[in-house]
Amino acid sequence: MGTFHHDRGELHGITVLVDTGGPETWVGRCDTIEGGHIVLLGAERHSTEEDALDRRAFLRRVSMAGPFPNFDRVVLPLGEAARVQPLASLDPSAPD
Amino acid sequence: MPYDPMLVAPMREELTRLGVEELLTADEVDRWFEAAKSGTSLLIVNSVCGCAAGQARPAVALALGTDARPERVATVFAGQDVEATARARENFAEFPPSSPSMVLLKDGEVVHFLPRHRIESRAAEEIAAELTEAFGRFCGAAAPGA
Repeated sequence: MGTFHHDRGELHGITVLVDTGGPETWVGRCDTIEGGHIVLLGAERHSTEEDALDRRAFLRRVSMAGPFPNFDRVVLPLGEAARVQPLASLDPSAPD
Repeated sequence: MPYDPMLVAPMREELTRLGVEELLTADEVDRWFEAAKSGTSLLIVNSVCGCAAGQARPAVALALGTDARPERVATVFAGQDVEATARARENFAEFPPSSPSMVLLKDGEVVHFLPRHRIESRAAEEIAAELTEAFGRFCGAAAPGA
């Protein structure tokens, strides 16, 4: 796991899923994790409160094809994150 | 902003020395996709990203060394050949833009898409194995010149 930019953290350059524990799920390329925040580049957000597609269908789609990057850069507080995992390791059929 | 062409040249050559056709303009892309309406074709979206493309290019070399391979193989370079890459992506717009990535077409239809997130954390051999499996399924005995 990880890339050759070892100074930028194990997940640098890896497409990850950030489950906020709330209505939002983010998928994007991890740039850095520091200061209690994760920075995602080229990210897509899913909200169970705003999106017609349900979360399971969203996870199935992104695990197959990756995110549609509609946020160039987003900073998420890790304290609120229930889960950060590489997208490639996601099993979309697993229960929430 | 595109990188220095001198920096990128070796990344291009890693594919072109395999016989992969480089598509530099929208017109070249259009002609390639027109030809791809028949038979099997692989398009590689190349990238400077060492995090992922550093494994993708060797994987292509491994996969193209096998018996079953697409009839035509081409590449566009994301972030470098912007016009060509954008035009190429119009042909598989149902998939998110992803670089590096690879698209296998049969008779003009996408039959296998390998996005960045399934490249970035894998060794070249693992990526090549997925490509080889897809080539075996879609580019088998029916592919002329295979």
